[in-house]
Amino acid sequence: MLWACLRFPGLAFSAAFAVVPEAGPSALLDHKARQRLIAAANTEASSFGVRRGQSLAAARALCPALEVRPRDPGAEERLLAELAAWCYQFSGHVSLVPPNAILMEVGASLRLFDGWPLLAGRLRAGLAGQGHAHTLAATPFAAASWVFAASADGIVLPEHEGVRRMLAALPLKQSGLPAATVTSLQAMGFRRLDEVFRLPRPELTRRIGREGVNWLDRVRGHASDVLPAWQPPASFRQKIEFDGELDGSQPLLFPLRRLTRALANQLAARDGGVQRFTLTLEHARGEATRIAVAMAAPQRDAERLFELARTRLERASLPAPARAIELDAAELPVFRPPVRDLFEPVRGDGLDWPTLDERLRARLGDAALRQIALVADHRPEYASRYGRPGDTVSPPRRRRPLWLLPRPQPMRPEPAAVLAGPERIESGWWDGGDTRRDYYIVRTAQGQQAWAYLPPGTLDGWMLHGWFA
Amino acid sequence: MNAIATPTLAQVLDHPGIWRRSADRQPRVRALSTGWTSLDAKLPGGGWPQGALSEILFEHDGLGELDLVMPALAALTQEHRRVIFVAPPYLPYAPALAAAGVDLRFLHEIHAGSTEAAWSMEQCLRSGCCGAVVGWLPEIDYRSLRRLQLAAESGDACAMLFRPAAHAAQNSPAALRLKVSNSDEATYVDVLKSRGLLTTTAPLLRMRA
Repeated sequence: MLWACLRFPGLAFSAAFAVVPEAGPSALLDHKARQRLIAAANTEASSFGVRRGQSLAAARALCPALEVRPRDPGAEERLLAELAAWCYQFSGHVSLVPPNAILMEVGASLRLFDGWPLLAGRLRAGLAGQGHAHTLAATPFAAASWVFAASADGIVLPEHEGVRRMLAALPLKQSGLPAATVTSLQAMGFRRLDEVFRLPRPELTRRIGREGVNWLDRVRGHASDVLPAWQPPASFRQKIEFDGELDGSQPLLFPLRRLTRALANQLAARDGGVQRFTLTLEHARGEATRIAVAMAAPQRDAERLFELARTRLERASLPAPARAIELDAAELPVFRPPVRDLFEPVRGDGLDWPTLDERLRARLGDAALRQIALVADHRPEYASRYGRPGDTVSPPRRRRPLWLLPRPQPMRPEPAAVLAGPERIESGWWDGGDTRRDYYIVRTAQGQQAWAYLPPGTLDGWMLHGWFA
Repeated sequence: MNAIATPTLAQVLDHPGIWRRSADRQPRVRALSTGWTSLDAKLPGGGWPQGALSEILFEHDGLGELDLVMPALAALTQEHRRVIFVAPPYLPYAPALAAAGVDLRFLHEIHAGSTEAAWSMEQCLRSGCCGAVVGWLPEIDYRSLRRLQLAAESGDACAMLFRPAAHAAQNSPAALRLKVSNSDEATYVDVLKSRGLLTTTAPLLRMRA
């Protein structure tokens, strides 16, 4: 077993600043405290002297430009789950350690990823690409990995004894014991973990309680950790609410990118794809704009999903500024990469049809791409419709024109000659679309062949309905 | 009962992890039969030039201009290759298309204004996944024609463009230009221009009596 622990020190920030990226000195406010206390400050704010535990008034006095936001525990949980989804591609056993850490068993995947250095490299590159600051450590004991991820970024200790030696040298403050326990142990004169480890067990229990002892056992690998395995859910729904209102599509792109990336991470975890999803924009008075995004084939690439959603969003007309954006994908079908012949010569852009179809739809809209279906109906205007071609319907035996006019129109001048007909078409009495016409194939003075009809029993009032083009 | 279904060979080969070398390695045919025997006989390569633009200039609707390309398009769809209609002027009528042998599953229509139509046609031609792209672009200029010709070359697709016969006198980069006209109550097809063919004054094809 080798447990890798990832800690995300900036997770609370990313979660709270999901709508607009943090810029300049920023801080988070504790959501529990009655007084408005600083819960965390970013590097820029720290350089002004803003510290955890300060009152907001004190922090503002140090740094007037300080941007503050309340911590959002719900958003933090969702972001952690999103990161777990991304990690799931590296390990089958991923576990959440709230508020900001993830543990995963990588012993079984080391061979697959050509050893720890390469696996660690991929983890770091992937997280850096998504803009998540992180620290990483790996040991055979989950609790120890969690401890080292905070104090010794990048360490990997595959041997049990090595882990215990490193732990022994650790100051109590970094041991992961509760702050109160650390304080009382320090009051008793203990400084490092090995001094605590040397105490007889009953005495240790008396001083730091059962839970403290239990923790030290887990850190040393004397007791095994039971870590619940995280499972990727079968659908995706995530919403980002804005503090104010965002007007137009441009400011929505940052939260949109966050949503599509979260979706892509979950897809990677499930080894799945997504074929359709809905963007819902909530406006002030409870109204909502729904934008459907559909693809010809399941997709999973974050950049591609974002581009597709962005094109749709920019084309949509928003009736009012938006207060929240939600991405909802009810089905996440299995992703199958397109099968391609290895030796097939790649021509042109080498696109496959689904990709081309998608590109056209993105620019022209769904309605611009059509297919034509044959319908078994005697009435000419019902025999052909736009829609998915279905089962084979045998075409009528009589000659039919390749072009049909959208609606029949008076034919002027009148036909020069009748080439064939009449063909009586009488149908539709059952659904109100009553049709009774005599169709002829006629020639115009210019040599065109047309499909035209007369009301039965008459010889004038020619109506043009199609061209034998 | 065997609880685990045995996969068929086709299912196994369908697995994305399996690569198969293409079975047929035939030399590339540089032209697509028009389906009109007497026309094929007179065109270089024996049909519609592939990887090139062909223009069909017609005097009026309803002279049989679409009939001229239908056999080739039907053959493509029967081979499961895509045919795209870009901005057709009327509704393509399913009963007649089916009667002409078109497999409707492989026929797509793009409904677009003139700027978007030229763009769509170019995208389809360049993609390399369309057998033929047929467009109705009455207002297209020389520069766009040239773009279509280049796109057809790079995607090795058959580009067919329908335009009013009024444009016959204009210069065009198309590899083949045919004119469909009516005289003496019959429809004739003339060749205005063809790469690798001496132009003749006599009509190449008499389509309709």
